[in-house]
Amino acid sequence: MKDVMVWVEQRDNRLMDVSLEMLQKATELAAVLKENVSAVLIGNECKDLADELILYGASKVFLIEDSRLQLYQSGPYVRITADIISEVSPEIVLIGGTSIGMDIASRVAATLRTGLTSHCVDLYIEKIEGKDQLVHIVPGWKGNMMLKIICPEHRPQMATVRPGVMEKGEPDHSLRGEIVSINPDIRDGDFKAKTLEMVHEEVEGISLDDADIIVSGGYGLYSAGGFKLIEELADAINGEVAGTRPAFDQGWIPENRMIGQSGKMVRPRLFVSIGASGAMHYTTGFSKANVIVGIDRNPKAAIFNVSDLGVVGDLEKIVPCLIEELKK
Amino acid sequence: MALNIIVCIKQVPDPEHFDKISIDTRTGSIQREGILSITNPLDRNAIEEALRKKEEFGGTVTVLTMGPPQAKKSIEDALAMGADKGVILCDMAFAGADTLSTARVLSVGIRSLGDFDLIFCGNETVDGATGHVAAQLAEFLDIPHVTFARRINIVDEETAMVERSIENGYLKVEVKLPAVISVLKSINKYRLPTVMGIMEAAGKEIVELGCSVCESAGITEGEIGIRGSPTKVLEIFEPPQRREVEMIEGKPEEIARRIVKRLHELEAL
Ligand SMILES: Cc1cc2nc3c(=O)[nH]c(=O)nc-3n(C[C@H](O)[C@H](O)[C@H](O)COP(=O)(O)OP(=O)(O)OC[C@H]3O[C@@H](n4cnc5c(N)ncnc54)[C@H](O)[C@@H]3O)c2cc1C
Ligand SMILES: Nc1ncnc2c1ncn2[C@@H]1O[C@H](COP(=O)(O)O)[C@@H](O)[C@H]1O
Repeated sequence: MKDVMVWVEQRDNRLMDVSLEMLQKATELAAVLKENVSAVLIGNECKDLADELILYGASKVFLIEDSRLQLYQSGPYVRITADIISEVSPEIVLIGGTSIGMDIASRVAATLRTGLTSHCVDLYIEKIEGKDQLVHIVPGWKGNMMLKIICPEHRPQMATVRPGVMEKGEPDHSLRGEIVSINPDIRDGDFKAKTLEMVHEEVEGISLDDADIIVSGGYGLYSAGGFKLIEELADAINGEVAGTRPAFDQGWIPENRMIGQSGKMVRPRLFVSIGASGAMHYTTGFSKANVIVGIDRNPKAAIFNVSDLGVVGDLEKIVPCLIEELKK
Repeated sequence: MALNIIVCIKQVPDPEHFDKISIDTRTGSIQREGILSITNPLDRNAIEEALRKKEEFGGTVTVLTMGPPQAKKSIEDALAMGADKGVILCDMAFAGADTLSTARVLSVGIRSLGDFDLIFCGNETVDGATGHVAAQLAEFLDIPHVTFARRINIVDEETAMVERSIENGYLKVEVKLPAVISVLKSINKYRLPTVMGIMEAAGKEIVELGCSVCESAGITEGEIGIRGSPTKVLEIFEPPQRREVEMIEGKPEEIARRIVKRLHELEAL
């Protein structure tokens, strides 16, 4: 078998959306390779989730259920996953890049001594030197550079993708698949790092995921003394406040309002970016917005490469006028 | 109780200077001239956490990096913050390493240093941002790991309690030592070196380890550096412009009026 496999994450017995996004991508890749999609699901009493995975394209689900595996336990989760991969030998393993997905992906890749890429923004198959390779496109560390990475010799080829980068498919009730229940061989020594509890914390305001309009500020707000203008504009336009990494570093926004590769991926109707240069790490976070407005005083700022409407100018002059105009 | 703590640190290009970096699209090579290097910011939080644990329980803090000769600067900075000893893994054979090969070499270096209780890493680097190395290092050392740590309490010589961030909350994790733990920015505010610290650092030991440390551990050249890296970068490119931008010009009031009008036309408002 040369499956495209997805490691599926559940929390509180609910599938994470990003796992369904990975299944959709896996389905596309498997179609090119003419192979099947399989999934690994670990949890407690979660067979109904396995059924759901089949509707999203998995033709085989390896299901591991145990009361000790309700919460993410890195030791047994890694070993069980690595064992299944060794047994099934998939070509590709995709993992949703949540904080937990990143953790398991790293260690599984090391266990299998294979390659892993993270924060992929695109994945596709290309024939390179006669061999089908998974091409991983990842933003490089400089603002506007992208890297094309492959893992030529080692299998499986592993990648993580942040939530919201890819789209999930629609459930197809005509799809059939097989559920393979595996009895986990869990040992005491597996719990050297033992998760005792999962604690939920409230987040303030509307989640950016649901926001129709987002007003996002960057380091350019520094001379204006912070985010007051952004907040006022967001109020006037009925939008949510967000920002770049430097805005987070300055303490102007909480971490869950940071846009981009290491923050949130959003797709609002309108995204207004102000005083942000437009580094790829940031712009991948909103590239799927319907309309993008960029405001920056540097005419060469990369933000204008991804904007529908652009304004070159001083935000301290333009934003107040914009607020006035919106209030009319 | 005394804790032997190792902190893995990496020297990275200063993000403040990222705009000055250009790529030669023909050769795909990166022009780094004039780019300053700094210690990866989260690694400074890792150093800070180690220093605090040492202040609380006693012990030693060793900082370790794999990198080019100039990465010694990051070690010196860490010694000036208060670390006791530095180790630099430096060899041409280590160059071009991806995270797997980095973790392998770091594990060999760490094994050669003797017993330890804790290894701290940053949760991710600003240049790689993969966040792989901590968990992969733990795999090579065959010890447990916890990533995304925002609080670490040492319970006793064998146990630490860690708050490990997840989306919208955290996991409470009990981990047996020795372990690798990678930290987030929110874990602490790191100190800056003092003049006294800088002066004291001059007297501290920096050990240099080369490829021979791998040979004695039975690791071959094919397992380290670029050859030991399963992933290969095929190409570096600047993606083309993705949207046709309509520039709005004029006086601020005029611009504001025209933007709002266009947004209505585009049904964005
Ligand atoms: C691996 C990696 C991951 C990253 N992930 C993220 C991420 O998820 N999200 C993220 O945001 N960043 C991320 N970054 C950082 C990213 O590369 C950029 O450094 C960052 O997005 C820049 O933020 P900025 O645009 O606010 O700041 P800058 O690049 O400093 O831009 C400030 C802008 O403000 C403009 N300006 C200044 N004053 C004014 C004024 N008065 N009026 C109008 N304009 C003004 C300037 O012309 C400039 O364009 C990541 C970096 C790396 C290496
Ligand atoms: N070359 C290196 N030398 C020492 N530590 C490293 C090196 N590369 C990565 N690390 C550690 O691993 C962490 C995560 O790195 P990364 O997986 O590259 O994002 C860093 O914050 C460091 O603590």
